[in-house]
Amino acid sequence: MSAAANVRPMDTQGDIERYTFRERVMHWLTGLTYLYCLATGLAFYTPHLFWLATVLGGGPTSRFWHPIVGIVFLMGTMWMNSLWHRDMEITETDKVWMDRIESYITNHDNLVPPQDRFNAGQKLFYWLMLYGALLLLLSGFFLWLPEYIPRQAAWIRGTMVLVHEISALATIGGFLIHVYMGVFLEPGSMRAITTGYVSRAWARTLHRLWYQRITGSAPTEE
Amino acid sequence: MSNGPLQIKAISGHAGPVPGRDTSRDYDVCKLIDVTTCIGCKACEVACLEWNGYPFRPTVFDNTYQTMPDTAWNYYNLIRFNEHVADDGTLSWLMRKDQCMHCAEPGCLMACPADGAIVQYSNGIVDFQQEHCIGCQYCVTGCPFNIPKFNSETKKVHKCTLCSDRVGAGLEPACIKACPTGCLHFGSKDDMKELAGARVRQLHEHTSHKNAGLYDPVGVGGTHVMYVLHDIEHPELYGGLPKDPQIPWTVRIWKGPLKWLGDLAMVAGIVGLATHFIRFGPKRIEEDTKGETK
Repeated sequence: MSAAANVRPMDTQGDIERYTFRERVMHWLTGLTYLYCLATGLAFYTPHLFWLATVLGGGPTSRFWHPIVGIVFLMGTMWMNSLWHRDMEITETDKVWMDRIESYITNHDNLVPPQDRFNAGQKLFYWLMLYGALLLLLSGFFLWLPEYIPRQAAWIRGTMVLVHEISALATIGGFLIHVYMGVFLEPGSMRAITTGYVSRAWARTLHRLWYQRITGSAPTEE
Repeated sequence: MSNGPLQIKAISGHAGPVPGRDTSRDYDVCKLIDVTTCIGCKACEVACLEWNGYPFRPTVFDNTYQTMPDTAWNYYNLIRFNEHVADDGTLSWLMRKDQCMHCAEPGCLMACPADGAIVQYSNGIVDFQQEHCIGCQYCVTGCPFNIPKFNSETKKVHKCTLCSDRVGAGLEPACIKACPTGCLHFGSKDDMKELAGARVRQLHEHTSHKNAGLYDPVGVGGTHVMYVLHDIEHPELYGGLPKDPQIPWTVRIWKGPLKWLGDLAMVAGIVGLATHFIRFGPKRIEEDTKGETK
């Protein structure tokens, strides 16, 4: 942890800054570019959703922008990695959290170990998206410019489509859970990632170790 | 066919049978290419360009009689040339007219994600509709014959249409009309199979081509362009004609189980999350109660 993390600004109500301006910009850059690639990608994936490409400016337009926006998404992910990778390292506590994930899912948050800035679920989502983005870029490059793949290596095209789709589906699973939790499951999370601030109660309930670390308060009861 | 071309049934004062009386009037169409009588004159290449209104492309000399290395987005039709020395030392010039095979189960159509960009007519012609093409080139991935070609300026893919515009008006394709040796035939698939069968028997009985046969690969459900080859055991000698063409397994998985499993998983995921919300509701934040330190 960097020392700077220990001096978090607070607003007039005593709320704590959870995400800096830079982190919020980075989050929404990756989030919105992912959303665009998701919508256009789903249009190419299934005929039932091809209307998404029509809504977003037409099939050829979507085909043109999907890979370019995808590269911006990957750049955002790399930026995210530079800001968060230390916070995202899996620790021993995370393994205990994973063992008690059922309590977390059923909202018995008092039965899971106290978490630092990010809990194990957030960390898993982070690593899923990071490696997913790398796989999507690698395979997507071949889908972007297939005319440069010689006929003798035609098998690469088909294989890369499968890699692209399987990694996309994996990230979609994580993305659905992420959006559900941010928008519906955890009150205050949406405010955290838009304004940057969370209430002290929010921090204490969901990220007790982080709360104690940045406020300097002593561990109270387990 | 009520709207088919006029078919003569009886002729006044005519000695002998009515021409074409016993031919099949099935609505499907087929091009038969008898490579054993092709002389490689490339009249079909020129006719194709003229009918489709494309300029002639620069030729590339590669020490054979082939016009250029490959077909192109504005060059649908190419005679592939191979100078083949058999095991017994005899030399043969193998020439094959290469163009879209119009598969009964087209891999391009299976792979295409754009609504309406590839259609298959009931007469068997597989046709690209460039106004709906999004330029993704998945059709190139799906095709076992390396036929669809990309125009990088317009971002559209093109290929042989089997002259669907001519066939729709009751005419034969332009290449058929231009062939001087009669190695190109056009008609219903049944007729072409019968014609090919007769030619194959003739080759077996009267020539040394004991392996002569008809190329109508089952791996793609049969094709609406068929070849009579001297040696059906080695189609790859004819400029790389695949022996057992198949839609790539990756494309079959991608457009088959992976698609419906993925669709199902996404719907199930959304339903599952909604159910979770109804069952467990949002997480409760413990407002200032115990453990408030400052």
